[in-house]
Amino acid sequence: MKTLLIGEYREGKLLDSTYELLGFAQQLEAQSAMLVVGSESQLPAYGGTLYLADAASCGEYNPDLHKQLILDAIEKENPDYVVFIHSSYGWDLAPRVAARLKVAQVSEVIGLTDGGFEVGCCNAKMRRTVKPATGKAVITIQAGAFAAIQPGGTPSVQKITASVTSNVSFAGYEPAEAKDVDLTRAEVIVTAGRGIGKKENVEVIAALAKALGGELGASRPVVDAGWVEHSHQVGTTGQTVSPKLYIACGVSGAIQHLAGMKKSDFIVAINKDKDAPIGEVADVLVVADILQFVPALTAKL
Amino acid sequence: MKILVCIKQVPDMESRFKPGAGGTWYDESDLAWRMNEYDEFAVEQAVQLREQLGEGSELTVLSIGPDRVGEAIKKALAMGCDRGVHIQDNAAAMKDPWQIAAIIAAYAKDKGYDLIFTGMQSQDRGSALVGVTVAEELGYACATTLVGFAYADGSVTGKRELEGGIKGVVKLATPALVTCQLGLNVPRYPTLPNIMKAKKKDIQAIPVAELLKEEPLAATVSFHPPAKKGGGIVLEGEVGALVDQLMGILKEKTAVLR
Ligand SMILES: Cc1cc2nc3c(=O)[nH]c(=O)nc-3n(C[C@H](O)[C@H](O)[C@H](O)COP(=O)(O)OP(=O)(O)OC[C@H]3O[C@@H](n4cnc5c(N)ncnc54)[C@H](O)[C@@H]3O)c2cc1C
Repeated sequence: MKTLLIGEYREGKLLDSTYELLGFAQQLEAQSAMLVVGSESQLPAYGGTLYLADAASCGEYNPDLHKQLILDAIEKENPDYVVFIHSSYGWDLAPRVAARLKVAQVSEVIGLTDGGFEVGCCNAKMRRTVKPATGKAVITIQAGAFAAIQPGGTPSVQKITASVTSNVSFAGYEPAEAKDVDLTRAEVIVTAGRGIGKKENVEVIAALAKALGGELGASRPVVDAGWVEHSHQVGTTGQTVSPKLYIACGVSGAIQHLAGMKKSDFIVAINKDKDAPIGEVADVLVVADILQFVPALTAKL
Repeated sequence: MKILVCIKQVPDMESRFKPGAGGTWYDESDLAWRMNEYDEFAVEQAVQLREQLGEGSELTVLSIGPDRVGEAIKKALAMGCDRGVHIQDNAAAMKDPWQIAAIIAAYAKDKGYDLIFTGMQSQDRGSALVGVTVAEELGYACATTLVGFAYADGSVTGKRELEGGIKGVVKLATPALVTCQLGLNVPRYPTLPNIMKAKKKDIQAIPVAELLKEEPLAATVSFHPPAKKGGGIVLEGEVGALVDQLMGILKEKTAVLR
């Protein structure tokens, strides 16, 4: 079995997640070649074939061009699986490659079972096992689901280029908003999820955070609704935290939220839904209405 | 200008899911249905663009599925879409994303849409494939995960959300397709007068067999709950007792409470 792994490069740097692709290939017991649109000054620590296109001339996000580079490499390598990280780069690019090859794509794979790929569904509450019906397939793997491995070594670099006209052009990055709290240093974080219901109830959660000498965290919908500032957001598009105690109030436990908090030492979830996926990572799941439970807890502290 | 927005109807995510008869997808009985959250952002953005362009532009909302998806189409019409297309398919849930995209592309192919909006993914399948695949099939410029959108003179400026709160700014020449992410806008609630007006809007019904010529490329072989990690304690009962139990655990297991 053979894989072509598509590494990632952003703002001039190779992303560490690239090594998770190698973890996936190892679990499949597959041979691998890698492709990255990056730079010679930062090569992955890996001894195999590396197709290297220059990000300075190809652009870090240029889907039509990157697609062509990948299709060319697929022609040379003839892999069974083309593998991306399920990231803003991977989920944008992988379906383009799959559609051009007219092969199956399996998105956001979290594991391998019975010759199939395990993926989450229903907001992480359930799982599906998917089998491609085509000889080749394009796979994206969930960030963090496969262990990163750095085999070491120096790749044998094959420089590649392509030229295509594209109707998409990249006009640069906008930095993340400045932070007014640094959740990464907090020892206790109490997070408000959408289950708090309305903006006024942020106070209830903030009061518990204060009573515990901790910081207020928030899930994405709470931030998008304007109830809490973005700097409090925990998750893939917020901050990654690892406090001694993390209390998730009315948070369902979607993967993008878990990605930011599952390394916390002790996790308490308060949720009225006993089946909420947050229960999978929680040390304690309190099945209760937050608006009754949280004020009662705060009062006792 | 012609605009298309594609929506899916999904169950409320707080529902309890159990495998249906085939064992490859959920049992549909007892579920409450609503518009896929990401598609609400798509509808709102499409309606805002329609308002910006005014006379001479037209916004169509399309959904694939059984009769019940008519409700989602009506909601989109009440939010401000001009007309609806219901591709009738009782077995839509059994189709793979490739087939769903092929149905949409077959419908849109000769209609000359300048812009197509979709959600970035559905809340139930979460494959994030349909929008991009439609764009590939139609040869449209495409960008995913937009949290910012502006249109002027045949060109879209979009902000893509990247990891860690960084955004990537992209420019797309029409015809183009964009997929919409949480944070792009705040979807409006349909007002009563608009709900009444929507009742008069046209919904065209098309049997799926007229559009679908593609076989699936992937098969779901099993649908099941995650293996229980175990170890975690579940506390249930009366609030006062729960508070005491939790405080006891925190004192014992963490250094936070003493
Ligand atoms: C590309 C991408 C990036 C993302 N980045 C992030 C990110 O960085 N951070 C993030 O958080 N999300 C992120 N998301 C969104 C993520 O997928 C989920 O939508 C989000 O985490 C859900 O937030 P939630 O758990 O607060 O809300 P919901 O999923 O709506 O869950 C609410 C929960 O509250 C419970 N509840 C409701 N009422 C009560 C009550 N009265 N008492 C007790 N419990 C109650 C419900 O049972 C439910 O479990 C991202 C999504 C995408 C696609």
